[in-house]
Amino acid sequence: MRRSLIALAYALGLPLILIAIWWIASLGATSIFVPKPVPLVTQFFEVWIGDRFFTDVLPSLGRFVAGTAIAIVLGMLIGLGVGLNRGLRAFTEPVFEFFRAIPPPVLIPIFALVIGIGDDMRIAVIAFGAIWPVILNTIEGVRAADEVQTETSRSYGIHGLSRVRYQVLPSAAPQILAGVRQSLPIGIILMVISEMLYASSGLGFSIIQLQRSFAVPQMWSGILLLGLLGFAVSLLFKLVERRILRWYHGLKDLQNAS
Amino acid sequence: MTSLAPHDTITRTVAVAQARRRRRRFRPRRLLLGLAGILTFLLIWELASRTGIVNPTYLPPASEVLVTFGANAGLTGTWVAVGQTLGSWALGILLALALAVPLGVVIGLSPFLSRATRSTVEFLRPIPSVALIPLAVLAFAVPLQQSLLIITYGAFWQIFIQVLYGVADVDAVAMSTARSYGFTWWQRVRDVVFPTMLPYLLTGIRLAAAVALILAVTAELVIGTPGVGKQAGLAKDAGLYASTYALVLLTGLLGVVINLGVRAAERRLLAWHQSVRGDA
Repeated sequence: MRRSLIALAYALGLPLILIAIWWIASLGATSIFVPKPVPLVTQFFEVWIGDRFFTDVLPSLGRFVAGTAIAIVLGMLIGLGVGLNRGLRAFTEPVFEFFRAIPPPVLIPIFALVIGIGDDMRIAVIAFGAIWPVILNTIEGVRAADEVQTETSRSYGIHGLSRVRYQVLPSAAPQILAGVRQSLPIGIILMVISEMLYASSGLGFSIIQLQRSFAVPQMWSGILLLGLLGFAVSLLFKLVERRILRWYHGLKDLQNAS
Repeated sequence: MTSLAPHDTITRTVAVAQARRRRRRFRPRRLLLGLAGILTFLLIWELASRTGIVNPTYLPPASEVLVTFGANAGLTGTWVAVGQTLGSWALGILLALALAVPLGVVIGLSPFLSRATRSTVEFLRPIPSVALIPLAVLAFAVPLQQSLLIITYGAFWQIFIQVLYGVADVDAVAMSTARSYGFTWWQRVRDVVFPTMLPYLLTGIRLAAAVALILAVTAELVIGTPGVGKQAGLAKDAGLYASTYALVLLTGLLGVVINLGVRAAERRLLAWHQSVRGDA
């Protein structure tokens, strides 16, 4: 009880101090550009809980989820295929490294050209930008599979899909998840920018619109929403990761303890 | 360190894997296969455009884009744009370093501070830095400053978190030995903390370099800070599609060069470290 109270105090202490400072510092401010805590919170509910939630927030989230899901699934499949084949790996490596090095936002104008400026363009851009960390990390994880394990599964006659399922995937999982972790923020960035650039609807579109109409507190609430979204995504990822890698962390704890 | 642990283990696994990759030897067969891969890619692109699978107006053939790329390389404007992009990229990283390293060391060395700041860090870090674009536009009049705010914010967290990991990895025995020999705080940081932290710091810089380039180009596209990204947007709006593709190729090459450069610097600076030396 005492311990959890102390933990709570540590978790809330600094944020509360910061908000208090912000509150006091903005009390006397008259500039419309300075956000204040109370209007920010009321605006947050006013702007985002209502029509906008269905016209802008949900579609944005949908594109993000669709794009990154495609990136993760395709990226793992391609990564597995390429990672298990040495020749193919050497063949594709320079091209993949090049695509990874392209800053994904610069692809938005090009995707807009080829696909048009609809939702499928946005989903494609998110998927295309977020796929490279997954592919490259999967390749690397598959490549680094323990040789003794590989020999053992070979001599026990474990081949094909069951080898992938029971040996390759588990041993590559930490590295694959590290790739997924890198790809999530890219997905969010691309979701926002693709909406900022060729506007129709969505979070990025609304925020730019609010900024252009000098609706400053509303704009701040949009930034807050994106922040919460990023936070929620990283929290969710951490939960999923902990679940998938439970055996791995257990193993590490044992190794560290000994 | 319980809440940092999962990331921590992954970061270390990945660092080891990357170090292993760095040690891979040069093999001519790999190089030839890689070249064949690039040629195949260009060939598919060329055919997709020439046969009209993708509308050739919107996807000019690879040969045409490469010619445009070569022609652009002869123009001063291209190099000015490259300079502008690299300029805001480098400034952003330097600012992030100047903020993240001292903060990371001070917070990482104090158990109280690292516990008290954890929740704030965990909340601020995932805020996508593109969310700050409208704020940057309102707060600063100069496009470069707007870019810098976004780039620095994005790069800061990459470096800061790695510095925290690095400080957490410092050997407790070494630390108390230094203390009992009467090292001052500054000496302990310089001689004990810094060498342990350096590989983590360099990983942070490598991650930050990639993120900073993405954000530099993003700011150019969205806000219109001068640079390669802005040029690409302008070329697309003007209907100069081959030029747009050539500029995208250019940003990709910039990314590759930055990656290789940071990796080479890392290898040099860590020549003494076992992950690079390789005979542990």
